Amino acid sequence: MPATIRVTLKLYASLGKHLPPDHRRSNEITLDVKPDAVMADLVEPFGVPPPACFLVLVNGVFLPPSQRPTSTFSEGDVIAIWPPVAGG
Amino acid sequence: MAWQRKILRVDLTAGTCTSEALNMDWAMAYLGQRGLATKYFVEEVAPSVEPLSPANKLIFATGPLTGTMASTGGRYSVITKGPLTGAIACSNSGGYWGAELKMAGWDMIILEGRAASPVYLHIENDTATLHDASALWGKTTWDVEPALRKIHQDSQLKISSIGRAGENGVLYAAVINDLHRAAGRSGVGAVMGSKNLKAIAVRGTKGVAGIKDPKAFMKATQAAKAVLAGNGVTGEGLPKFGTQVLMNVINEVGAMPTRNFRDVQFEGAKDISAEAMHAPRETDGKANLVTNQACFGCTIACGRISKLDQTHYTVVNKPEYWAASGGLEYEAAWALGSANGVNDLEALTYANFVCNEDGFDPISFGATVGAVMELYQMGVLTKEQLGIEAPFGSAKALTYFAECTAKGEGFGPEIGLGSKRLTAKYGHPDLSMTVKGQEFPAYDPRGIQGMGLAYATSNRGACHLRGYTVASEILGIPVKTDPLETDGKAGLVKAFQDATAVFDSAGICVFTSFAWTLVDVAPQLEAACEGDWSLDNLNVVGERIWNMERQFNNAAGFTNKDDNLPKRLLTEAAKTGPAKGLVAGLDKMLPEYYAERGWDTEGRPTATTLERLSL
Ligand code: SF4
Repeated sequence: MPATIRVTLKLYASLGKHLPPDHRRSNEITLDVKPDAVMADLVEPFGVPPPACFLVLVNGVFLPPSQRPTSTFSEGDVIAIWPPVAGG
Repeated sequence: MAWQRKILRVDLTAGTCTSEALNMDWAMAYLGQRGLATKYFVEEVAPSVEPLSPANKLIFATGPLTGTMASTGGRYSVITKGPLTGAIACSNSGGYWGAELKMAGWDMIILEGRAASPVYLHIENDTATLHDASALWGKTTWDVEPALRKIHQDSQLKISSIGRAGENGVLYAAVINDLHRAAGRSGVGAVMGSKNLKAIAVRGTKGVAGIKDPKAFMKATQAAKAVLAGNGVTGEGLPKFGTQVLMNVINEVGAMPTRNFRDVQFEGAKDISAEAMHAPRETDGKANLVTNQACFGCTIACGRISKLDQTHYTVVNKPEYWAASGGLEYEAAWALGSANGVNDLEALTYANFVCNEDGFDPISFGATVGAVMELYQMGVLTKEQLGIEAPFGSAKALTYFAECTAKGEGFGPEIGLGSKRLTAKYGHPDLSMTVKGQEFPAYDPRGIQGMGLAYATSNRGACHLRGYTVASEILGIPVKTDPLETDGKAGLVKAFQDATAVFDSAGICVFTSFAWTLVDVAPQLEAACEGDWSLDNLNVVGERIWNMERQFNNAAGFTNKDDNLPKRLLTEAAKTGPAKGLVAGLDKMLPEYYAERGWDTEGRPTATTLERLSL
């Protein structure tokens, strides 16, 4: 088992401000995380409280709230997160 | 009664304006605005009517909650037979005009015939008069509004008008009010132009009297406003980021129609997103977005107000475009941007300004440009014909086409036909991404399956505002469903369609439905209006309105064959993203949808259904 895996975290809308300044324009950052990391382990270091994560997509696929505390990631995954948003 | 109980009938041929009592029996069955005006329309106009002929009618209608203290109660709709589709057309707009009409004492205006020369209608409370508009013909909506305020020495006049697109018969011309709010889709502005009617200027100082139970109404509207304020979407997401926040969402889920639906993800989405509108520009350090804005009585305020970079090629030495004006909503940003592969935010904003200024629908326009660019790439259309090189991704071509379409110059009149007629003319009808002749909005049905059914069955042609299952399939409102699944979507689409018909008939904005359901709407209507507006009855009213529209379309010649999607979406699988390998599964959903609706296999409401709905 590798010591870490590399994933991309994207924080959009009002969550974007939690990223380091030079990542705010692209809304994304590459992270090396432990293989057993779950969503909270990705966002908490940036000061994003997990309940603020309303829409969570892993490679574009919805991650249901019930799976967020336990679901781990794979090398190369893209995790994109929004606060409550909608449009039309 | 929150209705004014009065309609204005304007015979443009005879030049007369007469007042009539509102048919309250119909109001009890069809509520108002979309439902009630469509009832008047189908009773008075033959389904076979030629949309741009004097025999077609054009109705501007408010709802019972328009002009009241209900949140978002500023809406009005324009109902007619649409020239783009030949189907029933109903386009909804916000801003301030609808509330003003209501406060002048009118529920709706029915316009019939055709004026011999250009006119505008001036309404001051009970008094309505037609005036010569020769001096206004040929002017943009941005010129007409100040001109009419000057003529009538009334800075408070609210104005709905058409620009040059409506005069020139662009088949998706819009009616524009308050400079940048639009009854945008299906070509209602072209019908207005065909009647030689340039504008309707309204001043209303009477307010909306006769709320059934004012105390209960105040309580109900306050409770409903608290729901909007406390909801993350309507209380925070929409005001701050607008509908444009969807740009990155829809791109991530792989349902972003790109380059005329050849792709489902756009590499430039991040450059034209809500986040990009907030970011300081590299050129002048300012953000594209200046502020948000609310329509009359709205406590959400999703509207975008933008300022262009004055050094951008589109507006150098053109100070008329330097002021703050209506910025990009998601649909416009998609149609002008992703649909053409263009990622220049300032160019899109400029094209959007032009769409507002001269009154045409950015969705149909942008999507038609997408088809033109594909034909150009294929060598079917040439630089000589188009007046410019037009590969996918060319911002210069996009803004040039916007100007040509606005002015009716060069290749503009062809783009003004919409993609169905244009692609047929050049021998490639399959490249038109339309249903019933109307261009798709910003969701690829390969990645959001329910939307394929919603588009195919929409009564006004492809449209997201008739049944927005994106809310459920992507955003989880009210419950999350799987966007890649077809199972269960028939019932979902029907539920969204029927509920939306109620929102559109009440005088409120459909964006409230991100937080409200009919459970929140019913108490407001019950307190404001006589009649039965219980949840149960509202569900029936919505379904009744949907079936009435369907019956008109069936009588106009539409059949189950028109409940279809373009070949590309049914046979060319998505190339990337979660929907990779999928086509739109319409065939799996449509029969179930007909059954859910109580229609026969040809898509006609059965006698039992009609009886159940009192149609
Ligand atoms: S939500 Fe947006 S479009 Fe709807 S009424 Fe409010 S500002 Fe207007």
